Amino acid sequence: MAEFLQHIANTLILGGTYALLGIGLTLIFGIMRVVNFTHGELYTFGAYFVFLVISVLGLNFLLALPVAIIAGLLLGALIELLLLRPMRDADIDTTMLVMIGAMIVMQNSEQLVWGGVAKSVSTPFPETPLVMGPVSVSYLRAFVLLMALLLIVATYILINRTKLGKAMRATFQDRDTASLMGVNVRAIYTATFAIGSSLAAAAGALLGPAYVISPHMGDIASLKAFAIVILGGLGNVTGATIGGFILALAEELGAGYVSSGYRDAMGFLIIIAVLLIKPTGLFARAERIG
Amino acid sequence: MTGAPALTIEHVAVHFGGLVAIADMNFVVNEGELLSLIGPNGAGKTTAFNVITGFLKPSAGEVRYRGTSLNGLKPHQVASLGLVRTFQRTSVFRAHSVFDNVLTGLHLSGRSTLLDTLLRLPRERQSERELRETTWDILHLVGIGKHAHEQAGSLPYGDQRLLGVALALAAKPSMLLLDEPVSGMNASETGRFMRLLGKLRERGMTILLVEHDMPMVMGVSDRIVVLNYGRIIAEGEPAAIRENPEVIRAYLGQAGAKRAAHA
Amino acid sequence: MRRLFSYVIVALLASVPLWLGDPYILNAFITTGIFTIAAMSLNLLLGYTGQLSLGHVAFFGIGAYVSALTSLGFDVELFEGFHVVHEPWPVVYGFLLAIVFAGLCGYLVGKLSFRVRGAYFVIVTISFAEVVRLVALNWVELTQGPLALTSIPPFTLGLPGLGYVNLYGKAGNYYLVLGVGLVAYIVIKHLVQSRIGRAMIALKENESLAVSIGINVTAYLMLAAVVSAAIAGAAGSIYAHYLRIIDPDIFLFLYTVTMVIMVITGGKGTLAGPVVGGAIFGAIPVIVRSFAAPEVQWILYGAFMIAIIFVLPQGIVPAIERWFPRGPIKQPRVASQSAASVE
Repeated sequence: MAEFLQHIANTLILGGTYALLGIGLTLIFGIMRVVNFTHGELYTFGAYFVFLVISVLGLNFLLALPVAIIAGLLLGALIELLLLRPMRDADIDTTMLVMIGAMIVMQNSEQLVWGGVAKSVSTPFPETPLVMGPVSVSYLRAFVLLMALLLIVATYILINRTKLGKAMRATFQDRDTASLMGVNVRAIYTATFAIGSSLAAAAGALLGPAYVISPHMGDIASLKAFAIVILGGLGNVTGATIGGFILALAEELGAGYVSSGYRDAMGFLIIIAVLLIKPTGLFARAERIG
Repeated sequence: MTGAPALTIEHVAVHFGGLVAIADMNFVVNEGELLSLIGPNGAGKTTAFNVITGFLKPSAGEVRYRGTSLNGLKPHQVASLGLVRTFQRTSVFRAHSVFDNVLTGLHLSGRSTLLDTLLRLPRERQSERELRETTWDILHLVGIGKHAHEQAGSLPYGDQRLLGVALALAAKPSMLLLDEPVSGMNASETGRFMRLLGKLRERGMTILLVEHDMPMVMGVSDRIVVLNYGRIIAEGEPAAIRENPEVIRAYLGQAGAKRAAHA
Repeated sequence: MRRLFSYVIVALLASVPLWLGDPYILNAFITTGIFTIAAMSLNLLLGYTGQLSLGHVAFFGIGAYVSALTSLGFDVELFEGFHVVHEPWPVVYGFLLAIVFAGLCGYLVGKLSFRVRGAYFVIVTISFAEVVRLVALNWVELTQGPLALTSIPPFTLGLPGLGYVNLYGKAGNYYLVLGVGLVAYIVIKHLVQSRIGRAMIALKENESLAVSIGINVTAYLMLAAVVSAAIAGAAGSIYAHYLRIIDPDIFLFLYTVTMVIMVITGGKGTLAGPVVGGAIFGAIPVIVRSFAAPEVQWILYGAFMIAIIFVLPQGIVPAIERWFPRGPIKQPRVASQSAASVE
């Protein structure tokens, strides 16, 4: 029982960051219909950025997350402007391949700059964990959960209560109508990609210090993000949030009760199972985001 | 055997959720005849086509071709029974050449097995030669032989529609379903098309035609069937249909019908 | 003219081991050749049938493992006390089994994946490959996991009575790859230039139109899936017996990307495309190795692919073909030509 509760605690922490990853991708995939292979690379970027900020530049740990988010926004916007905007009229296959090319360039650049050895980040939190009955959680991870929830709420507010969010929702529903009603669709696409990328970077910035940072961490992250999006339904932010927690739960239980080696397989098995049984996702409210 | 029913549509209904696209459709197309299906826009004509050729499952009813029930068959299976349709919009493989379009259409006529193909055995080579010869035959029948090497997508509109029919002919149909074949064509293109229709009929082809061009319909049809709000409201020879008050009302509305009656 | 060109290329390739002294470059030729064969098989699915399957490396890797395990033998306990034991078999059987098994997997994956289309199809195919990789990594009893399968016997060619030759050396494997590559090329050529090939291309271009003229789309998708998987499996088998050591890294997405790059930049849907793409992307690491880190090789891969997609979206071979167009189709002399037409 105690073990189970520990798994639940772990699930909450992991799920929060997974949710960020998933929300970011569901916005991009949903609004722009782009199979964004660079999503995992933004995640890696976020983690390395925090490493850069703290270990190399020596800045305050609490500053690292906001700076990483901004960096993610900028990088996302750059990718969109350079690679996606010129490809607007190309078919989905071509765009996908461009994204794969970008992913390779990013991943190997990271490897070139940082080397293949995993890095870890020092944090200002005490080493001893916070113990609540049978469950123990490190302060760092509690912090991670808190920040993740904050960001999720912030995203909700952005999507549902701001003009930008409204424009994004309109573009998701019907791009042509939105355009006719005065929405600058091209700008929305850039904003969407930037925001989605910044959420991935945030996820990386949060999880990186909690684990270790290596150049290949993005591959698995990308696929997990897709699993979450498929679970939750395309463009469905609530679905992605819940999906993030479901994936985390599946991983925790799978690793705990089946075999830790197959932890990462949970995501893929979910993808395969959902797509073959209910392709529209578990929460098929795909008519609107938010 | 001309005169016997070729295609029977019995109590076919199509519902999309709450929307009734076809309420209760019943008609027969006889061997060797040219039957036109007309009706105002939205009456359900293309839906009827989709049901007959297996692109859409009917909510009720049965479609039979020469005794075989078409219910539940996939479109390619319907085609292999001899019922081939054309499409209103993309009726050709735009990126292929005209020649390759028809050659591809001859798919059902191929005689070689997979092994023959992989090893390019003599039977495969022979089959390819025959298919290529037949392709020229069809191109000349339809009258687009001179465009053989051109890309289908770059043909003039009328020729593209003719190619669409050539493609359908390649599938060796005993019955053709033509979905608005002359829409968008000018007078001379329509004339060419009608001559092609004539040639096909000489060869005994059964044809179901959906069209809006009334002079053409009146000119080529043996019989006409009128669809409105998913129901057949009239059936008969062109002359009778022209005078039929139900039909006039369907096309022109109540006021128009009164005006026509007093004309 | 084209035919002469092909013969010259083949002759040139056949002569390489006779004058190339550098074993590193010869090795590059061999591994590039193997991946080119896999790329050709992917082209069948991606280029001709239009299905962006990004899990292709799974079939390559499955072929490698099946072939290796067949020739090494294994002993696994499936459940309590129930052992499955296999004695080592000659390598040739491994090769054949690799083809059959990979083809079968192609069938299964196809059956499941073709239910979804577009982006979802891509994601499902990637997921399958990843699951296979994780199984190879974790089912240590069978695959040795990350410790790798080692001492894989080399390919043995020969006929009873005439003697056998074990292909330990590079020259032997080079000719094996060239031979299998030529066979694969010819088989694919026969397939795509036939009625079956036309059906595949048609279903890629316009599925509704294709079914309306009697093309059984599902059957041809499955055929493409099986044939492409089988050929990839063959390539994997050769790889295993050449390197004589394989580990689960063979299933990395990276290798699928390599094959995809070869096909896309060379020209998807063309026969020569994967070969040209293979040549370019095989050459890059060789050229780059002397002055830069291996990561640079991959950065160049990615950048080059993006550049080609922007500049020559159809790939290199179609661009070249536009400069050397084929002649018009010859008409047979038919007397009825002018008489029967309506023109």
